Amino acid sequence: MLITRQVEFSASHTCSSPALDRAANEALYGAEANPQGHGHNFVLEVTLEGEPDAVTGMIVDLKQVKEVLEQEVVEPMDHRHLNREVAPFDRVVPTPENLALEIWRRLEPRFAGTPARLKQIRLFETEDLWVDYEGRR
Amino acid sequence: MRLTRRYRFSASHRLHAPALDEQRNREIYGKCNNPYGHGHDYTLEVVVAGEPEGATGRLIALGALDGLVESVIIKTMDRRDLNSQVEEFGGLVPTTENLAAVVAARLAAAWPGAFAGAAARLEKVRIHETKRNIFEVSLGQREAAGEVGSDGPGTHIKANQ
Repeated sequence: MLITRQVEFSASHTCSSPALDRAANEALYGAEANPQGHGHNFVLEVTLEGEPDAVTGMIVDLKQVKEVLEQEVVEPMDHRHLNREVAPFDRVVPTPENLALEIWRRLEPRFAGTPARLKQIRLFETEDLWVDYEGRR
Repeated sequence: MRLTRRYRFSASHRLHAPALDEQRNREIYGKCNNPYGHGHDYTLEVVVAGEPEGATGRLIALGALDGLVESVIIKTMDRRDLNSQVEEFGGLVPTTENLAAVVAARLAAAWPGAFAGAAARLEKVRIHETKRNIFEVSLGQREAAGEVGSDGPGTHIKANQ
């Protein structure tokens, strides 16, 4: 059975690669490359997989899931400038793709060894752009 | 990893199968058979699979994807009448099953030219006809070969109505 919890965080970022010059960055990232940065209301959906406990009827205590998401994602990222305040985005371009990889890296060990396995994360940068990641397969 | 990008276009259509008589068409398509047509604000979701490239953090060049969808789909379908103004529907009923298959075939045909050498692959096309009717095509061998609508919707089309 799958269970999905959603959280939101708002953060600013700028997408440009030090490996490319300004023109190439603007060609690749468009308005996202603005050096002064800009922000999004990111929406994160975290999907866990497991079976309901025979006694509690729950796969996982959602209060604990909420706490993990708060500690690993919301507290460090909400109302922050990702490039300046959240590692590793001082050296990794904070595209939604890389942000999803980093969020997976932070969350996956928190659910290892519990009855709920991290199955998928979906990160919306806007309602018109999102990425899904299920870990390395 | 999968990246999904959403686009919008508005178009009119009429569902009418010339092989069937007027009464049968009314029975099958109901209101959608209205001789004067009707329209929808379609939402198109293009799903691309791959891995982000190390230096850029991008699974696909988003501007190039937007440009491709604009030139291959939006420019020729937005604010158009599908039956009379979109080539493929000359002999094909513009149900959203068929629309999804046409959009998938057009994108699949243009993909190698637009993304030569890129690892990202076109995985799915999803079209929301309305909030309640959603159609999804997974790109397989058939669409890649550009065969569309020859035998109607196949099992690879998933419709949630």
